[in-house]
Amino acid sequence: MPTLTRWSIKSALIYFIAALTTGVVLAARPVFDLPPALAALSPVYFHLLMVGWITQLIFGIVYWMFPKYSREKPRGGERLAWTTYVLLNMGLILRAIGEPMQAAQPGGAWGWLLAVSAMLQWLAGLAFVANTWGRVK
Amino acid sequence: MPRLSRLAIRAALVYLLLGFTFGGLMLLNKGTPLASWAWRLLPAHVEFLLIGWTAQFILGVGFWILPRFSRGPARGNELFAWLALGLVNAGVCLAGIAPVLNAPPSIALLGRLAEAGAAIAFVLHTWPRVKPLAQ
Repeated sequence: MPTLTRWSIKSALIYFIAALTTGVVLAARPVFDLPPALAALSPVYFHLLMVGWITQLIFGIVYWMFPKYSREKPRGGERLAWTTYVLLNMGLILRAIGEPMQAAQPGGAWGWLLAVSAMLQWLAGLAFVANTWGRVK
Repeated sequence: MPRLSRLAIRAALVYLLLGFTFGGLMLLNKGTPLASWAWRLLPAHVEFLLIGWTAQFILGVGFWILPRFSRGPARGNELFAWLALGLVNAGVCLAGIAPVLNAPPSIALLGRLAEAGAAIAFVLHTWPRVKPLAQ
């Protein structure tokens, strides 16, 4: 298994735990009368699960198992693949921090953090598709 | 990789890109409100990523890698798999785009029916292929 795949799968596993733990906090909020601001974690919960866990797991396994791009570059652009990994994780972590903070203190720096997060995740998707397209054969 | 898998996986990649684009626009708008219309993309964002990307990717890879048959067509009767591919794409487009365009709710219902039909067709194709390798 290539190094990038191991990093992706292990990161995905950590997001899996983080997502389901966030789900526990969301469910515990009304039961234990926790602060209503915690409800802002709802989109973070979904995205930790769907982007951090499911999508990142797919990204890692595709890089490992899809047909080779060429003899010289069997997995396509390795640098592009690492760029995808870094962009996706930076974007998602910024979102996980920025979204609840933006809900608590709207506007200002937290808003810009979300804008940067949006851009990083979009670029990660673009980089993944660009690097994978030629291996779908 | 068989033709059906190539088509399904490439369609899934397109939905991934569109879904990320819509999600990025919504998140951008949440951080720095620029265009209130961005929120209308939410149903398409969800439909494209959950069904168009994730489910369709699984459909394509499943058709490719699940055990094949030693007698008769290697992947069994492909008709249901092709039906699943057609229905899932029709369904995602209808169910994802209809609410964005304020189309009547019956269009989204039609889309969801197509997606459910795709699930049934995919299961009918896949069920016999979930077997020991030697059969």
